[in-house]
Amino acid sequence: MLVEELMNRNMITLPPTATINEALQLLEKHKIRHITIVDDDMEILGIVSDRDVRDASPSTFLDTSDFHILNKEIQTIMTSPVITIHPMDFVEEIAYIFYDKEIACLPVVSRNKLVGVVTEKDMLYKLIQLTGTHEQSSLIEVKVPDKPGELPRVAAVFGNHNVNIVSVLLYPYKDPDYKILVFRVKTLNPMPIINDLREAGYTLLWPNNIMEPKK
Amino acid sequence: MTKKAGFIYTPDFLNYQFSADHPFNHKRVLLTKELLEEQTTLITEDLITPRIAADEEIALFHDASYIEAVKRAGNGDLKEDRAQEYGLGTEDTPIFSNMHQASAQLVGGTLTAVDKILNGDYKKIANIGGGLHHGFQRKASGFCIYNDCAIAIKYLRKQDDLKVLYVDTDAHHGDGVQSGFYDDPNVCTFSIHETGRYLFPGTGNVSERGIKSGHGYSFNLPIDAFTEDESFLELYETALRKIAAFFKPDIIVTQNGADSHCLDPLTHLCGTMKSFEKIPVIAAEIADTYCDGRWLAVGGGGYDMWRVVPRAWGQVWNVMKTGAPCKGPLPETWLEKWQKESPAPLPVSWQDGADIQPNIPRKAEITEKNKLLLEDMLKYTAII
Repeated sequence: MLVEELMNRNMITLPPTATINEALQLLEKHKIRHITIVDDDMEILGIVSDRDVRDASPSTFLDTSDFHILNKEIQTIMTSPVITIHPMDFVEEIAYIFYDKEIACLPVVSRNKLVGVVTEKDMLYKLIQLTGTHEQSSLIEVKVPDKPGELPRVAAVFGNHNVNIVSVLLYPYKDPDYKILVFRVKTLNPMPIINDLREAGYTLLWPNNIMEPKK
Repeated sequence: MTKKAGFIYTPDFLNYQFSADHPFNHKRVLLTKELLEEQTTLITEDLITPRIAADEEIALFHDASYIEAVKRAGNGDLKEDRAQEYGLGTEDTPIFSNMHQASAQLVGGTLTAVDKILNGDYKKIANIGGGLHHGFQRKASGFCIYNDCAIAIKYLRKQDDLKVLYVDTDAHHGDGVQSGFYDDPNVCTFSIHETGRYLFPGTGNVSERGIKSGHGYSFNLPIDAFTEDESFLELYETALRKIAAFFKPDIIVTQNGADSHCLDPLTHLCGTMKSFEKIPVIAAEIADTYCDGRWLAVGGGGYDMWRVVPRAWGQVWNVMKTGAPCKGPLPETWLEKWQKESPAPLPVSWQDGADIQPNIPRKAEITEKNKLLLEDMLKYTAII
């Protein structure tokens, strides 16, 4: 999946000369955590997070009316250069960037102009869709040997029962000779499938690993 | 004079049959009725013959185009891709001959119950043929075609401005009913079910609270797989009392799915008859405390139709009729008649033996997790 399918095109931006106070209000108004700082041609100059803005704000414990700090220009606290991505980058890669760089917002840049943003939250929502938890379904986890041909063999069982698969995930198991297949299937009655998988010799994971007396 | 309790029944309920080997089998209704007759807690005077639901009534919840599709499907006149769009012709809800009439009859049962309670003839009525809580506005789902619960509540609200508390103890989330009243502050839905992490339909999280003016009137307790009686009842009882005190209903509608029993083949919950005795007792208490006794009970899931469902649903009626569940042996006449057909030995007593439950690994953790869940939900039942 490409970044352009996921990115938010309604960008909230500020010019570098805007005040910290304006940034503070924008963050609150839109309930966001990052503002991209751009010039008149939408070229990225920097980025500020809600934490940057709060660090610059006077402590709530200070008994002071000295809020002139908030009138300073945003470019005095923005982070630059900015880590950016391209609309044709892969979504999987940006997950790695979030993890590796420990950041939570990535501006999307094409031909030197800001065209969108992707946040950690957008990414998580996509993950919810990937796992299929937003659709009516039952879940079955199957432990399979880590070798070719296992996925089609297991998937054929679902096909034989004319049951639609809502999502499939494959993840590593503590024993590297095995993998876990996670299926979400559109049926209230997964028993015939579960029985067939057991008969084929597959190990099922919680809560289908306990047979008695559910048989 | 107002009769205390009525039991809706027609042999036509048994026409709701997807196929011979489909797990949803309404012979359960007949088995329950005969068990109660042999027990003599159900007598001819208790029986109410239901009417069939009219299209306009079904349309109180379902789209006209969906009703039309169900009719056509039942006449063998619906193309496959159209059928799929409406959730018909799937492994769960296959198409069968005259499926509209069979489904409308189940709805008619629940509507008849509403009529008789509203006009004051009865206080409490059971329609165990109903309880098809997965049906959506324009989609069949999870063995359910028309959602009699949602239709009946819409119908009831149209006649009278009563606040309705819907209580769903089926092992699966009552998603169709919740969806029908998600924005309605006059209908409060409470569903306790196995967590959707593994089990169909997947929804029913504690965070599902309703929207718009209905926000705060949807309650969900998604309990862990392998939950047993003690933990189930603690959550059900505490939550229902708090929700009723918060909402102060004028009538309660309970959906009595019997699939949270440890013998049920489709779920991972591990209840016994202890739960199914207590569920209607608390429901009756809430009805008497807040609703001047008004209580409509429907059936629902339940896929061990021989060993579990007749006793579980039987106790709903026993509590309605006599105020207490039955104890002791099941009538021998009933056992003799049906043992021949049952693939497993029938239980001989209303109660389950201690040996029926499997040894549950991680029981303490399951109980602890459920407790945290309850606390999480209860914070919504108090006005701060």
